[in-house]
Amino acid sequence: MCVKHVPDIQSERALGPDGRVVRDQGDGTLNELDENALEAALALVEEHGGEVVALTVGPDDAVDAVRKGLQMGAEQAVHVLDDAVAGSDVFGTATVLAAAIRRIGADAPVDLVVTGMAGLDGLTSLLPSALAAELDLPQLTLAAELTVADGAVTVRRELDHASEVLTAPLPALVSVTDQANDPRYPNFKGIMAARKKPVDVLTLADLGVDPASVGGDAAWTEVVEAAPRPPRENRVLVNDDGEAGLRLAAWLVENKLV
Amino acid sequence: MTTTLTGPVLVLLDHASTGALRTTVLELLTIARSLGPVHGAWVAAAGTPAAAGPDDATLAQLGEHGVEAVHVLDLGSADARLSPVVAEGLTALAAGTGAAALLLTSSFENKEVAARVGVAARAGVVVDASGAEVDDQGRVVAAKTVFAGTWTTRCAIRTALAVVALKANSVQPVPADAATVPAIERLIVAVSEAAGRASVVEHTERVASDRPALGEAQVVVVGGRGTNGDFSAVEELADVLGGAVGATRVATDEGWIGHDAQIGQTGVTIAPKLYIGAGVSGAVHHRGGMQSSGTIVAVNSDPESPIFEIADYGIVGDLFTVLPQTAAELRRLQG
Repeated sequence: MCVKHVPDIQSERALGPDGRVVRDQGDGTLNELDENALEAALALVEEHGGEVVALTVGPDDAVDAVRKGLQMGAEQAVHVLDDAVAGSDVFGTATVLAAAIRRIGADAPVDLVVTGMAGLDGLTSLLPSALAAELDLPQLTLAAELTVADGAVTVRRELDHASEVLTAPLPALVSVTDQANDPRYPNFKGIMAARKKPVDVLTLADLGVDPASVGGDAAWTEVVEAAPRPPRENRVLVNDDGEAGLRLAAWLVENKLV
Repeated sequence: MTTTLTGPVLVLLDHASTGALRTTVLELLTIARSLGPVHGAWVAAAGTPAAAGPDDATLAQLGEHGVEAVHVLDLGSADARLSPVVAEGLTALAAGTGAAALLLTSSFENKEVAARVGVAARAGVVVDASGAEVDDQGRVVAAKTVFAGTWTTRCAIRTALAVVALKANSVQPVPADAATVPAIERLIVAVSEAAGRASVVEHTERVASDRPALGEAQVVVVGGRGTNGDFSAVEELADVLGGAVGATRVATDEGWIGHDAQIGQTGVTIAPKLYIGAGVSGAVHHRGGMQSSGTIVAVNSDPESPIFEIADYGIVGDLFTVLPQTAAELRRLQG
């Protein structure tokens, strides 16, 4: 079996005047939730054989994300790096990732695409579904538990009103939550081994993706206004003198919150 | 001057398997009416009581909220619990009705549906929005907070179909000025084989408790590490306030309460009118799931807890003293 891993990195802090995310230098670490995705992929390969390919799309420092993947134990890393990708919405990103996965799959068939449940602090959690739609793969999202057996993948997931167990034949796409596992830390051996592993850097031309179909201008949504939320006003902080609970009740009534 | 959309605004009519509307639907309808003509989309699993469409009482309720037509989707033998199946149905409905917008409640499964409708219909999508309006260019613009609720943004959707998933408690639902009698229309959709390639092995709807659903409640009382596993004071106050009970990651990891109660970036995102945190420190992951709440009250014995930085009303004290006192006083004031 061959397992591929598709982390969606990004650590984001603020929006610039152009409505795009401002990225501080050195922020390009592996998204914490993608560590759960990597762990899931690595554990499956340990159980069933195959290899993990860490894939990311993003600017120069996004390579840190796939490097961390290599340190944790991925065999290969692919970094799609192209200025034209900047400002893409989730659908542009999904188009690029899908093209990269198809290319990886041309060498060895991809059995499973694993993603994190969302970019922490990210703007959407839409990527796994958009990517599954692009790749025409069955999607098993928000896995709190994940098993592969007899050519099928099965996940348990918690929704707002129900809990579910879903199954689908491979190949498939899975997104995992932070309930799924405890990600391993790269050990010294892993860190040393990762130095020898090359990162395959691809451009949109390599993937046959029209640069005009992605990026900020092609995005279907546009941030027209962004501002830090004003701080809360008239805040109250008190030490309990034995009657704070009574005053809280009165305050709630006074402010029509009950 | 306010512009409105000419094409229908489709609203996904989320309902329990009994057919009862989720309370968030009325909020969607209130927002939808300000955008354009409102049509409902009814999707139900075959073989459930709701499969035939909304019952008379529900239809009357939809009429009170200004729904002009209800489209009941017939998805054949496809499993309507699968997001790709629902997405194909809604994509066909949007095309068939020439819809200008699709509004959904921002639940986990609806966000998946939104993403897939986006790909299939080439439609811009905004999820976790707190409002939507039409700008002077006739575009749908959605409001949302990002970065753990610390920034507010407005996002314009550039495509002919705009898909917006709105968080619960985005608006106070109000009935339409003039009630309508919704027309029922049935649409048969041939769902692709690919959409049904995953199958549901188990589906357990959570037993409806006496408390409101966490993601939809107007009041949420949350217990954290400071409860030491004793949620009795949290539950008591929640019940006096008619609210839901939530928890931090620590509390669910300790097994003090089910994982479905976890609020935060990897759990449920809430924006109730009133949030009360008891023994909650306010770690950034938790704040990401609650910082958009209307009013934030915090009770914690540690004055250094970061939650006090965002609390409208903070009490440094023992939650096991403060909460029961507040609950008793509220009972007294309410007579």
